[in-house]
Amino acid sequence: MLGAWSGPVLGAVEIRDRSHATCISQNKLCPGWIVDNFDRYTHPLMEHVHLVLESVVLGFLIAFALALVAHRQRWLVGPMLGLTGVLYTLPSLAVFFLLLPITGRGTTTAVIALTAYTLQIIFRNIMTGLDNVPAEARDAGQGMGLTERQLLWRVELPLALPDIIAGLRIASTSTVGLATLAVFAGAGGLGSEIIAGSNITFKTGVVAAGGLALLLALAIDVVLLLVQWLLTPWRRRARLA
Amino acid sequence: MSGDPAASSVEYREATKRYPGQAEPAVDRLSLEVPAGEICVLVGPSGCGKTTALRLANRMIELTSGDILLGEESIRSRPAAELRRRMGYVIQQIGLFPHLTIGDNIAVVPRLLRWDKHRIHSRVEELLELVSLPADMRDRYPSQLSGGQRQRVGVARALAADPPVMLMDEPFGAIDPINRERLQNQLLRLQSDIRKTIIFVTHDIDEAIKMGDRVAVMQKGGKLAQYATPAELLMAPASEFVEDFVGADRALKRLSLLRVRDIDLWTAPLARVGEPTSAVRERLQGAEVPHPLVVDDQGRPLGWMSERDLAADSVPERPDTSPEPVLDLEDVLRDALSDLLQSETQYAPVVDGQGKVAGVLSVEIISHFLNSAEARNLNTDPAERVG
Repeated sequence: MLGAWSGPVLGAVEIRDRSHATCISQNKLCPGWIVDNFDRYTHPLMEHVHLVLESVVLGFLIAFALALVAHRQRWLVGPMLGLTGVLYTLPSLAVFFLLLPITGRGTTTAVIALTAYTLQIIFRNIMTGLDNVPAEARDAGQGMGLTERQLLWRVELPLALPDIIAGLRIASTSTVGLATLAVFAGAGGLGSEIIAGSNITFKTGVVAAGGLALLLALAIDVVLLLVQWLLTPWRRRARLA
Repeated sequence: MSGDPAASSVEYREATKRYPGQAEPAVDRLSLEVPAGEICVLVGPSGCGKTTALRLANRMIELTSGDILLGEESIRSRPAAELRRRMGYVIQQIGLFPHLTIGDNIAVVPRLLRWDKHRIHSRVEELLELVSLPADMRDRYPSQLSGGQRQRVGVARALAADPPVMLMDEPFGAIDPINRERLQNQLLRLQSDIRKTIIFVTHDIDEAIKMGDRVAVMQKGGKLAQYATPAELLMAPASEFVEDFVGADRALKRLSLLRVRDIDLWTAPLARVGEPTSAVRERLQGAEVPHPLVVDDQGRPLGWMSERDLAADSVPERPDTSPEPVLDLEDVLRDALSDLLQSETQYAPVVDGQGKVAGVLSVEIISHFLNSAEARNLNTDPAERVG
């Protein structure tokens, strides 16, 4: 295999800077190469961000709708957990390949599969959050004349926010990881750099793309934490008291 | 909705709640009328349906049959949410919204009623003052307050839109005894200003007697055992159940409802300093109290004359026996009795607001009084009982 790395073009990996040739040719970890070739990751990274955001936002909207229905019709909680649970356990690669004949290669297929994966986590967390609303707050709210809808939007959902955001954090982190497989659905993303040219033995490339995925996951996590901090002032003050 | 009176009467008419699959109704043909501006306490052992009865009024639980009238209007004539905005609701767990500041918690119903901002702002200010909380509390969160403070916010929140009726479900049940008493007194004082119709649930008979203008004792099966004023309840329990529930010490409880002025005092022959004892001895003939009480020229008690004092020519300035304990017409009868028992005297002079003798009280008078029919018709005003 090593012999294949001797030329200037190796599959999709184009080595532009000859000074790292030795390092690359020995397939070591070459930070210098990453620095010099960083711009090649810009596009896959943006694709990745899109895949993750679209899937998580879509997953959130669907899970939220399901949760609102299940919140009113408690008997639906079980079936919904079952359904989203099945989606969650399907092997992702299998889903990509099953979807290919229907939705074709590309972002759509990837987003459908990734969205399906987020549903279970987000749905479960929204339900947990709603169930954790203190019974006396519900009782007082109803007793004061809040309608079911007002109770939901003014009391229950704000109080469920920490659990909902916790769900979004887990969902987005795992989606960042899963989205590296989107390349098999022809949707690009950082996965395309990891398997660059169907050759996952290019250590430096794997590390660079993997590292970016990790940083992306961290960044999304920090943003969500910040959002939570901004939206739940009562938790901050409570701790100060 | 702005047409609501300050308080309106509440009438239960054969109000019944049955749960499917249960042999006994939770509330069984409950009929009682709470006049506007009064506190009605629903009291009884656990499982007697008192909380259910309360929650029927704001349709947190729907009636199976019968009706409840708010003023002239059936509670079923409007949507439940609308009805509830006209009834303050206070529960034991308080149920403040943890994510809202104290000010926003209080403003919930006014916002539902779409009051304008200025009106809400000044109403919150007013209510914080009404329940004796500092104005800077409006920006705090519930978790930053003590239990007693939270309960007061709960009351303020229930009063926010000035509802004609307040429903209170064991509002002080989770508060320690000292703070509970403070909150009870505060509510009574508040009630003497606001004069709401209040339905108040408790399992504590002492609280019921203290808080209620009328007390409805309920028993298992959601039945009304007796509906009466606290005094009537203590004087004439309608059944063995009520008697047991009210407790063996009900005679003493009765006394805490009354003040010294509420009963007929005896008169002692009065002796003025310096007058001849022969005149005093004459007054002793057939007097209710067989001892002369020496008073000064303003009529204030100086002491009881002994046989030796009577043997002298004129009434001394310092009689042998001190007048203590001197009771006040406004003293609670229970405290007066305890003073009498503690000082081991048979009689105690009672003075009015100016310190002038108004009569004499004895243990005998109290026990007579408790057995008299007169005591049964006492009308006591809870708002005035605040100690």
